[in-house]
Amino acid sequence: MIDDAGSAPARGITERAAAIRASLGVGAAVSAYGVSFGALSVASGLDIWQTCVLSVLMFSGGSQFALIGVLASGGTAAGGAAIASAALLGTRNGLYALRMAPIVGGGWPKKLLAAHWTIDESTAVGSAQPTLESQRTGFWFTGAIIYVGWNLTTLVGALIGDLLGDVSQYGLDAAAAAAFLGLLWPRLRQLQPIVVAVGAAVVAAVLTPWLPPGVPVLLAAVVAVVVGLTNWWGAKS
Amino acid sequence: MTVWQVVILASIAVLVLKLLGYLVPPSLIEKPVPARIAGLLTVALLSALIVTQTIGSGQGVTLDARVPALVVAAGLFALRVPFILVIVAAAATAALIRALT
Repeated sequence: MIDDAGSAPARGITERAAAIRASLGVGAAVSAYGVSFGALSVASGLDIWQTCVLSVLMFSGGSQFALIGVLASGGTAAGGAAIASAALLGTRNGLYALRMAPIVGGGWPKKLLAAHWTIDESTAVGSAQPTLESQRTGFWFTGAIIYVGWNLTTLVGALIGDLLGDVSQYGLDAAAAAAFLGLLWPRLRQLQPIVVAVGAAVVAAVLTPWLPPGVPVLLAAVVAVVVGLTNWWGAKS
Repeated sequence: MTVWQVVILASIAVLVLKLLGYLVPPSLIEKPVPARIAGLLTVALLSALIVTQTIGSGQGVTLDARVPALVVAAGLFALRVPFILVIVAAAATAALIRALT
């Protein structure tokens, strides 16, 4: 790390400040999206407490939306499918955790908290930073900001949803799709992920009329596994 | 199964999956194939979720105001408009179309 004695500490501070700025930007945007989760969750038949417990305990936007989506269309009879959808969408957090483990380091209490906060955004901001120090800063700041923000806005959304009644009138269902698109957009910089995104979209669209809610999303993941194993459309290494 | 049981069981499952990633030896992720699949898995799941959120309605497909809203969102993301403004614009598009039809 001490490659350039004069400017290295100053550069370290600049890099950490950049990581914090990224955390704040991403945190504010994602927290706002918690309002739509809270409102949609109440519209799906969960009460305010159940909605808030999901954000406190599960703390993974994709899994939470999948869970309430399946419950909204299938009721508690689809409870098994709802749990499976949430868990399968949550597998990517396990893969993020693999990437974050060497960055987080430390003992088990720290790892337990890190695990709870290992989500799309904390991993994305953390792993995008140039140094180990700024990666750590980016991961923890993003995780903390979103944990607080997401839970507060979930509560606000649930209270608003409770007052509003039918949220589709306000376009909140479309906001959820747009939010997923916002998470996907920065990942589409190379041919291989673009092909996977298109393939998965086609699989989901074709299967949606035929299979119970949640299952088409899980089967679309097969596209990623096949392309990942074969490295079709991949950059030559 | 009650809603509470679904909420608690699913939350525990998601948390355990996160923890598992910290238990696996880090050397595994240095292999290119799992790392590549991890990245692509997220892309595939997000893409499939966009589709089901946009055209799905229970076990079926409905084309409604969500489709033009998503087109507006895509256009704004392409123009590098900030996330939160795009979300608001998408919701407003769908709400406006529903109010007018």
